Amino acid sequence: MQLAMWTYEGPPHVGAMRIATAMRGLHYVLHAPQGDTYADLLFTMIERDAKRPPVTYTTFQARDLGADTAAIFKTACADAEARFKPDAMIVGASCTAELLQDDPGGLAAALGLSIPVVALELPSYQKKENWGAAETFYRLVRSFAAGPTPEGRNPASCNILGPTALGFRHRDDVEEICQLLVSIGVTVNVVAPLGASAHDLTRLPQAAFNVVLYPEIAATSASFLKERHGQPFTKTVPIGSGACRDFVAEVAQLAGLDVEAALAKIQSRAPWYAASIDSNYLTGKRVFIFGDATHAIAAARIARDELGFTVCGLGSYTREFARDVRAAAKTYGLEALITDDHLEVEDAIIAAQPELVLGTQMERHVAKRLKVPCAVISSPVHVQDFPARYSPQMGPEGANVIFDSWVHPLMMGLEEHLLGMFRDDFEFHDGANPSHLAPASQKTSEPEAPQIVPPGAPAWAQDAESELKKIPFFVRGKARRNTERFATDHGLSTITIETLYDAKAHYSR
Amino acid sequence: MTTVLDRTAAPATPSTLPAPLLRERGQREVFCGLTSIIWLHRKLQDAFFLIVGSRTCAHLMQSAAGVMIFAEPRFATAIIEDRDLAGMADLHDELDRIVARVVARRPEIRMIVLVGSCPSEVIKLDLSKAAERLQARGQHDGVRFLTYTGSGIETTFTEGEDRFLASLVAALPAQEQNAKPRLLVAGCLADVVEDQFRRIFTALGIEQVDFLPMRESTVMPSIGPSTTVLLAQPYLTETARLLQSRGCQLLHPLFPLGEEGTTAWLQAAADAFGVDPGRFEAITRPGRDRARIAMTRARSELEGKTLFLFPDSQLEPALARVLSREAGMVPIEVGTPFLNRQHLSAELDLLPTDVTLSEGQDVDRQLDRLRDAAPDLTVCGMGLANPLEAEGFATKWSIELVFTPIQGYDQAGDLAELFIRPLRRRALLQTGRA
Ligand code: SF4
Ligand code: SF4
Repeated sequence: MQLAMWTYEGPPHVGAMRIATAMRGLHYVLHAPQGDTYADLLFTMIERDAKRPPVTYTTFQARDLGADTAAIFKTACADAEARFKPDAMIVGASCTAELLQDDPGGLAAALGLSIPVVALELPSYQKKENWGAAETFYRLVRSFAAGPTPEGRNPASCNILGPTALGFRHRDDVEEICQLLVSIGVTVNVVAPLGASAHDLTRLPQAAFNVVLYPEIAATSASFLKERHGQPFTKTVPIGSGACRDFVAEVAQLAGLDVEAALAKIQSRAPWYAASIDSNYLTGKRVFIFGDATHAIAAARIARDELGFTVCGLGSYTREFARDVRAAAKTYGLEALITDDHLEVEDAIIAAQPELVLGTQMERHVAKRLKVPCAVISSPVHVQDFPARYSPQMGPEGANVIFDSWVHPLMMGLEEHLLGMFRDDFEFHDGANPSHLAPASQKTSEPEAPQIVPPGAPAWAQDAESELKKIPFFVRGKARRNTERFATDHGLSTITIETLYDAKAHYSR
Repeated sequence: MTTVLDRTAAPATPSTLPAPLLRERGQREVFCGLTSIIWLHRKLQDAFFLIVGSRTCAHLMQSAAGVMIFAEPRFATAIIEDRDLAGMADLHDELDRIVARVVARRPEIRMIVLVGSCPSEVIKLDLSKAAERLQARGQHDGVRFLTYTGSGIETTFTEGEDRFLASLVAALPAQEQNAKPRLLVAGCLADVVEDQFRRIFTALGIEQVDFLPMRESTVMPSIGPSTTVLLAQPYLTETARLLQSRGCQLLHPLFPLGEEGTTAWLQAAADAFGVDPGRFEAITRPGRDRARIAMTRARSELEGKTLFLFPDSQLEPALARVLSREAGMVPIEVGTPFLNRQHLSAELDLLPTDVTLSEGQDVDRQLDRLRDAAPDLTVCGMGLANPLEAEGFATKWSIELVFTPIQGYDQAGDLAELFIRPLRRRALLQTGRA
């Protein structure tokens, strides 16, 4: 048993729902009790879908258990076919129905429906949402894209694989990457699962190669298509300016296009913004990163190589890709945190003492409690992660969006200097917040900026504490940390003014 | 699936249904009983609810509660895994380990409630035995262990509260012989509403009043034949049955929604405790006037508007009664997951005769009926609301009706306001939505 207050991923059948909801003309008959229908609200409320997900739940009850839950399942399948007239159907069980062993696949087959039915086996007590999505997509691709490999494929044509419903910015990523591909002369054959029909899946083999946007969802299918239809697939996920360039180079190569010409098409403001003088203050900011494997690894690269941050923690809840995350973490001199226990992540954040947290909604709450700025980079999603405006994470525009959304929670550089300089001014005191935080500045009793005190930390003497306050507060956090580390290293339990300056001398050598 | 038009069956109680009852047995689009933990854990401030279930149960809780609960929640899920099912791990040992972790993290907790789920029931995990064992071993001194089921195969939404309260009732001490008459108000109410009612009862001279659930788990009222029970919520079938089996006297007035309902509800208690009519009139008059003024104002915006209620909380018949009688709305269909005719007899008597009363659900057929009826306002679950809005129907989330204080005189206006807002908003927006 595992104790969970919050979870990073839902059960695998929710992953299957993300595929069914993303596609057109596909219906999912799920053997499940009534409470499992909550999953509809993920799509209709969080993603604000205007349609109900194409899912029929059998909603069997306790009184049905002794009787015939299999019959209920069959009726539900037949009714769903008659009412929704889908092109194809997927059938499966949620955690409770899995225990009943009614065999949805066999039951549906026995009905002899006039449409193709794909049976899913998603072990609920073992696997999770992303795996369920990947497996469902793979089953569909296997069923519909198994035909012969066409001759004479256009070398500069590709499929885009991986975007689903309820994905973190998938909708906008697809638009951005399509534009990018078209701009360098690549034709997009099929995007799947988002927006694809079962018939579209049969057309997958017509492309020369595959672009894998979300390996968590599409890696299995891409491997299958490579084996079956000789379609190579991209390894770079175009999140961040550097990765975007690598991606374009990789695609150009696969498509047999001129790499330099393709690279010249990339237009992004983010690199210049990072280079501009106001971004100086970003240097060495400590960031803690946690998310799904793809977004966490990409975020770390952007943080260090494109913004000049120091990555002080890197982790993921995606066990399936733990090896990649571990390898990435090593390049930052870190040990990767692989866990789906959010309490463990919280502890790691406290220990790492970051100045910025890049994480999921879960880490956003932790950061809020610790009063550390935070930006959300990955699922699990929240209604805020579906903004009305266009805001991809991928491609050139994605790099811009990321620059804005990570830097905005931090104070602007010049503004920080001014606040430091006029610290003793009656309106510019420590308790005052910048005007964009105006409503919050009413409560001035809040403690100063990020201050995470690990247990057993040395105590600050009164005078040392007030001396610390005289240090401009954009460097104060660092001074505090260095002094505490110095005191701990030297076995001091109390920090005096002396300790403060000894530490300053020690670290400026 | 099967639809039974029940025109003839004679109900067990004298109450006659206002209209034919439509019984549906198709796909239900409702929460399971686990969801009531969201309000129960806010009410019992020293209790921790530990669901023994699957990742689905944990995901339901987080999706329904939103990740928006800022404080660390006092509920969690012990997620059953493969190795538990394969018998590689002893479920009771696992549970012990998890309970120990909860206690270590939240030492202030005085009650741990083990909540059963569909998976725990299907594998026949005996949680009452687990609770007994945890209690008997005395390892967690000062912590009381309770258990109930919130599973979706047994309970719908608010029935989770019913099962929890029933387990509380089972743990309540018996009152002494010849104990003084006491009033027990059963059903979760917001603290502010509870305080208002307590003041009114005190003013009426009913001093001995207990509320169930209590705010602190250590205060356990005793019950017995001198206890008179007022149900504050219509969904307490099991709880009421158990209270009656302990000798308590159960009253069946209207539920305390709106001016009329609140007065009838208080009146039932007043009659049972022999309160002088003049005193009752004097004490309730100001509240009645305030509620009536609020409702008169609401009427100007709600009068004649048609209403369609999907089955969610079992509050639906009582809501339809207030909205039709006090605000002039016209209910078309009133759905409820389960119709307790005995508890609702007074409510059903006051419903308009041309309303369709439906019990259970077949969601697709119900949506067909809704489109035919094209009501001005629809009360439904969170999964259905946006798709209906997109089709052009104004909706109200049913879950708000259990989260918002709507009972009593001073909340009558708030209750109406919940229904006014979606209509007012539609009238305001000039955006020509896509
Ligand atoms: S319906 Fe059953 S399995 Fe589903 S969330 Fe509720 S208790 Fe858990
Ligand atoms: S809103 Fe005010 S404080 Fe914030 S960036 Fe603009 S000028 Fe600076």
